[in-house]
Amino acid sequence: MSVAKKARAAQSRTKMRVAKNRDLVIGIASPLALLLVWELCARLGAIDTRFFPAPSQVGARLAALVASGALWSDTAASLTRLFWGTLLGGIPALALGIVMGLSRPIRAVFDPLVAATYPIPKSAILPLILLIFGLGEASKIVMVATGVFYPVLINAMAGVMEINKIYLDVGHNFKASRWQVFTTIALPGAMPLIMTGVKLGVGMGLILITIAEMVGAESGLGHMIWNAWEILSVETMYVGLIVVALLGFLFSLALTELERWLVPWKAAR
Amino acid sequence: MSDYSIQHNLAQAAAAGEAAAPKIRIHNLAKIFETRRGRFAALDDVSLDIPVGCFFMIVGPSGCGKTTLLRILGGLEFETHGSVEVAHSGSARPLNSMVFQGDSLFPWMTVWQNAAYGLTMRGRPRAEIEEVVGHYLSRIGLTRFKDAYPHQLSGGMRQRVSIARAFANDPEILLMDEPFSALDEQNKLLLQGELLRIWDETRKTVLFITHSVDEAVTLGDRILVMSAHPGKVKTVIDVPFERPRQVLELRARPEYGALVYNIWDELRDEVRRARAQDEEGVRS
Repeated sequence: MSVAKKARAAQSRTKMRVAKNRDLVIGIASPLALLLVWELCARLGAIDTRFFPAPSQVGARLAALVASGALWSDTAASLTRLFWGTLLGGIPALALGIVMGLSRPIRAVFDPLVAATYPIPKSAILPLILLIFGLGEASKIVMVATGVFYPVLINAMAGVMEINKIYLDVGHNFKASRWQVFTTIALPGAMPLIMTGVKLGVGMGLILITIAEMVGAESGLGHMIWNAWEILSVETMYVGLIVVALLGFLFSLALTELERWLVPWKAAR
Repeated sequence: MSDYSIQHNLAQAAAAGEAAAPKIRIHNLAKIFETRRGRFAALDDVSLDIPVGCFFMIVGPSGCGKTTLLRILGGLEFETHGSVEVAHSGSARPLNSMVFQGDSLFPWMTVWQNAAYGLTMRGRPRAEIEEVVGHYLSRIGLTRFKDAYPHQLSGGMRQRVSIARAFANDPEILLMDEPFSALDEQNKLLLQGELLRIWDETRKTVLFITHSVDEAVTLGDRILVMSAHPGKVKTVIDVPFERPRQVLELRARPEYGALVYNIWDELRDEVRRARAQDEEGVRS
């Protein structure tokens, strides 16, 4: 009987593997098929290539921009702003979020402020940011920071508040200082939710940096896309969009990997 | 290692001269909680002297304030009236360490980091932490699992780590809040034996809450029976069995059964009273 069971289990495992492989094949094949149809339609004149240039044309432009180094310098400019903006927004958000999670009075002070400013679309404050910080790097970095700040703050606070109270009792009983409670209980205990906040924040940061670079910037992917519109170079526009999408995808992969490293106790669960 | 044997001798010497000052003195202790439904007296006029090296058990019906008493001693609650004093032996030793009911190991720390928590928080030198934590992990048989995370362990293993964490902190007194209540009967029996073996090395004063009369008689030197809400001292019963004890052999003895019966006899009325109070609470 146990042999029969084993055989059945093996059978169902095989089925599972076949299904997984099939999903993978479909997952790769379907976008390729779409590109192929697109290419054909463009060549046969079925779609307007002023708006939807053939994938081969976009590919050729991508190769040219890589070769000239222009693509890299724009990508590097955006990445640099994104990096500093993430730090500028993320670190204060992390500290404030954890403190708000731990302390009821501090939460009472800041909660209404957060609740009132959070719903403002970050893109709507771009003119104000430009007014205050000028057209240089500072305004771009601040834009990213505003996008990263809220998700990290809100998730860090929620993460701390969700920590089981018994862990704080343990810290108290073993005479952990305030700082030790912060570093050994609040921060690691909230880390799973903090990482969720960082992922959302970086995604928001990417959106905002693209928007910010469209206005009064001389470099960056946002500028590249905007400039392509101004000079009617639609292939370049597509290259910009592809790179932005690719960056978003890579960030999410990298942050998932970082999460696995920072939250090893959740990995096997 | 020599450190442990010194402590051992000290504790034994202290246990011999029991007439000396008590390790824990609880005087007219009362605790009143202010709740939305009014004032709730959890403890009422509890006075106790607990001698050095005593394994002191507390039994009582649920809701009788046992845990509140322990939490006051552990510095997690504050008394409304009265006082608690723990005699300090003068070193840098912390006053108490608690073994909590249920899962209290930090999921984000390894077994080793959890067991080292108290010593790390007190900023003890690395070498000392290594030695003490290594010692207790080997005593509870989890050296092999020192780099594992709590979720990779069974419930019994986790509670062993939590015991090691309290012992490694080397406190004046140990506070245990039903540490085995979530375990199955077989695991409970094994852990009681292990706890007695580890405790025998240092014979620290222990306050141990349980709802199991068997556990109280198996482990304790003295048993406090508490009355139903509000918690008061109903009676204190001495356990005459010698140490070190073998858990199973102890349970086979006729005196064991008689003592369990006596304690149940004391407890029965209180459990009934607690039940009546619960039913009244539901009705109102």
